[in-house]
Amino acid sequence: MIRQFGPSDILFIIEAVRWTLLLSAIAFIGGAIGGLFVALARSSGSKALRRISAGFIRIFQGTPLLMQLFLFYFGLTVLNLPINPLLAAAIALTFHASAYLGEIWRGSIEAVPSGQTEAATALSLSYRDRMQHVVLPQAARIAVAPTVGFLVQLIKGTSLTSIIGFTELTRAGQIVNNATFDPFVVFGLVAAIYFIICWPLSLYARRLEGRMRLAFTR
Amino acid sequence: MYHFNFTPVFENFDLLLYGAWLTIRLSFAAMILGLIVSVLGAAARTSHSKVLHAIVGAYVEIIRNTPFLVQIFFLYFGLPAIGISLDPNVAALIALVINVGAYGTEITRAGIESVPHGQIEAGRALGLGPIQIFRYVILKPALRNVYPAMTSQFIYLMLTSSVVSTISANDLASIGADLNAKTFASFEIYLVVTGIYLVLSLLFSGLFKLIQNAVFNYPASR
Repeated sequence: MIRQFGPSDILFIIEAVRWTLLLSAIAFIGGAIGGLFVALARSSGSKALRRISAGFIRIFQGTPLLMQLFLFYFGLTVLNLPINPLLAAAIALTFHASAYLGEIWRGSIEAVPSGQTEAATALSLSYRDRMQHVVLPQAARIAVAPTVGFLVQLIKGTSLTSIIGFTELTRAGQIVNNATFDPFVVFGLVAAIYFIICWPLSLYARRLEGRMRLAFTR
Repeated sequence: MYHFNFTPVFENFDLLLYGAWLTIRLSFAAMILGLIVSVLGAAARTSHSKVLHAIVGAYVEIIRNTPFLVQIFFLYFGLPAIGISLDPNVAALIALVINVGAYGTEITRAGIESVPHGQIEAGRALGLGPIQIFRYVILKPALRNVYPAMTSQFIYLMLTSSVVSTISANDLASIGADLNAKTFASFEIYLVVTGIYLVLSLLFSGLFKLIQNAVFNYPASR
């Protein structure tokens, strides 16, 4: 039975936004923690750590997010765990974000002039103090714009979790579409909601980028 | 204890390789058409027409701030509602071209704007004609500037193209999905399919680096 697309459908779709936002938040926070470790390993003095983190980044940046989601989703069965789309999605997206943020932040750490590290070493600061008080605060300023840019990519990426059956914004749209068969309006609305979430972030990232460019031009 | 069963994967390995070929073909077709869209888009973005500027600006922003999955659903399921029915493979190609065209427009525009104006004036002072200036002074440095971003965009496009399997267009991911439906060796199949994607992206990034070293090997300007 096909019914008319109505206000309750709009409400159902809008309510699903919280799952998109929640999943994005989990992946971003998890990815930030993982990404910090990856970035530190990538720019560390140990060759083994550098190689392992480079391999990690290469694997997650060199394979489709959709396949990563499938692997973590079916991987739960391999580990004899019950199938749980939210858990699989959260883990997959966290690894995905760790790799991307790790690579972005490695670049930011390396963009801090090496004289800063040398000066800190000359003052006999420990690795921890050197990173925490000298290098990372300066790297953070450089990292903000590309990090916000990646957040947009991550929010868009959560749409793929609909394919493993997690009911976020895109899946809510599919469910409503199956009942109303009004795809033009339904997916138009879903796209508009993503746009409302992502566009301000993109504009903010671009403004930061412009400001950074001014700061670095002499 | 889970028992791994790679037999269905190895028995159908030729199918998976054929899938890899489909993905390469789709990505190249989308990239070439996408480059045409990019150049036209960038030309419009740097032109003086306010209308063109606004239209292309809206296109770039809308595509870059919505998920590819929703774009392809809109194209494949939404357009038939207004009388335009598309074959899944055609819809997949169009969706990818529209998507990569938006990113490519921004990359190309940045590349054109990165050529310093003094360089063009220097070309004019040396008596070069407009075509020579475009070819040697603007195009080649601009190409060198956009090359790294464009090639990583290509690899990203190839990875994104796995999403077209959701509308059952033909590619590596959809062949993986078919095998999964037939044999239920899900984890094993997706592990190998993911591995093939990894090999493809490593291969192409290596190839692009070789080309870069061969073509753009003259010293950079400061």
